[in-house]
Amino acid sequence: MSLLEIRNLKVEFDTAKGPFKALDGVDYTVDAGEVLAIVGESGSGKSVAMLATMGLLPDSATIAADKMEFEGLDLQTLSARDRRRVIGKDISMIFQEPIASLNPCFTVGFQLGETLKAHTDLRGKKVKTRVLELMHAVGLPDPEGRFNAFPHQMSGGQCQRVMIAMAIACSPKLLIADEPTTALDVTIQKQILDLLVQLQRDSGMGLIMITHDMGVVAETADRVIVQYKGRKMEEADVLSLFERPQNPYTKALLSALPENATGDRLPTVSDFAEAGGF
Amino acid sequence: MSGDTILKVRDLYRVYETKATMFRKAKSLTAVKGVSFDVERGTTLAVVGESGCGKSTLARMLTMIDAQSSGSIEVDGLPINIAKTGISKEMRQRVQIVFQNPYGSLNPRQKIGDVLEEPLLLNTDMPAVERRDLALQMLQKVGLQPEHYGRYPHMFSGGQRQRIAIARAIMLKPKLLVLDEPVSALDLSVQAQILNLLKDLQDEMGLTYVFISHDLSVVRYLSDKVMVMYFGEVVEYGTRDEVFNAPQHDYTKKLFAATPQADVASIRKRLALKADAA
Repeated sequence: MSLLEIRNLKVEFDTAKGPFKALDGVDYTVDAGEVLAIVGESGSGKSVAMLATMGLLPDSATIAADKMEFEGLDLQTLSARDRRRVIGKDISMIFQEPIASLNPCFTVGFQLGETLKAHTDLRGKKVKTRVLELMHAVGLPDPEGRFNAFPHQMSGGQCQRVMIAMAIACSPKLLIADEPTTALDVTIQKQILDLLVQLQRDSGMGLIMITHDMGVVAETADRVIVQYKGRKMEEADVLSLFERPQNPYTKALLSALPENATGDRLPTVSDFAEAGGF
Repeated sequence: MSGDTILKVRDLYRVYETKATMFRKAKSLTAVKGVSFDVERGTTLAVVGESGCGKSTLARMLTMIDAQSSGSIEVDGLPINIAKTGISKEMRQRVQIVFQNPYGSLNPRQKIGDVLEEPLLLNTDMPAVERRDLALQMLQKVGLQPEHYGRYPHMFSGGQRQRIAIARAIMLKPKLLVLDEPVSALDLSVQAQILNLLKDLQDEMGLTYVFISHDLSVVRYLSDKVMVMYFGEVVEYGTRDEVFNAPQHDYTKKLFAATPQADVASIRKRLALKADAA
């Protein structure tokens, strides 16, 4: 059985101009121990799909799916109370802006401890011990000293490590990373990606990477879903996708990479749209 | 084209001082430490480095937003030191800048036509009719339509806004155009369009670019010369092929190693390593 199985997911937003279809019938499956990358441009619905899974979309969104199951648990009929038991514990998420995701008024040690208090029986000193373990596991230098640091006293890369520590605090079965390295420098990006992949391998959790960066896909994914305007364009394992892209949109994306430039001009997606008709 | 140097920078320093308070001594931070380089007419110099390395401080000095602490800048023979001489209209016309975020760099209450005409209004004595004609011509040149003249920024996509920002910057036919991460906020396919536009404009108008970026694949595609900065110092400076084929400094090597590889051979290698570990 798959860890996460979603069939025919549709998400619509009510807007002043009438309903807007953000996702139009997309399937997702993730197995334990697998890294799935969802790639697409802004507006492709890649984040919306995962926010719908987590139940984080605003009320203006209408979500419909034939099936939406996490380990056989139906996420659609789950009450808010039951959902909170799953979210943050078995499924957790990392967002793009690490500094904005942390509360500036509390120390990182306190914020990490909150997650543990909400989902585990650990209390008192045991919480602190576990927090320090986590900070060590994500490679934060000097965990003892950092425990009482506020988010603004740390760099973006360090804050992202705290977010990762928070996400893995309860050993989740599924981790969703929404553009985890977009706001970071290349050298820091490399460290964070290596960390995520290593944690994933050690714990055998499922990992969903949402990104627009084909380089990140190439470095981390086992399987890739390419999305465009709320529809799935292509799904393939990472090697076949880069070696033999089938869909014209995927071909367009890959050839728009500056490193694949052959002539004087970069081909753009609109060049392919005319020829391929998507 | 050799010998036709348009930008000459020698031994440039920028020191920021924090004021002493009751609790803190005055501190000084040297953001740019003795940078020297030349840029020839019609070529592109790429400045690469991570956040905090001083590349944006350099851009601020080149565009006369900040004064240098010491050292000399010369644009097409005209020495620039705004702390001593102030800024003349002539100096303003020589250097223009395009910023990273096209959502922040356009005034939401200003129509596109006014955005484009403002540099002319402030810096030249051109009559209104001529300004309008030039603005309309410029819209076409950057791939927009004449009917966009009376519209507001919120009616445009990110890529279109960046086209407007580029159009505004070249209205005065500057000798030097500083591009501060102009494509980092854009989707891959839009990024390709903007890079094509920049190349076309350079060929057509003989523009000289200082292109600030942290994305090495973009740099490789667009630049003639590359300068790598690290903690305010230039650690590597040479032609594109020299720097990319035989990087000398450890930091440059680290930067290359950290850049995600999106080619099939690298993916094969990663998957093989993963299979071995399992």
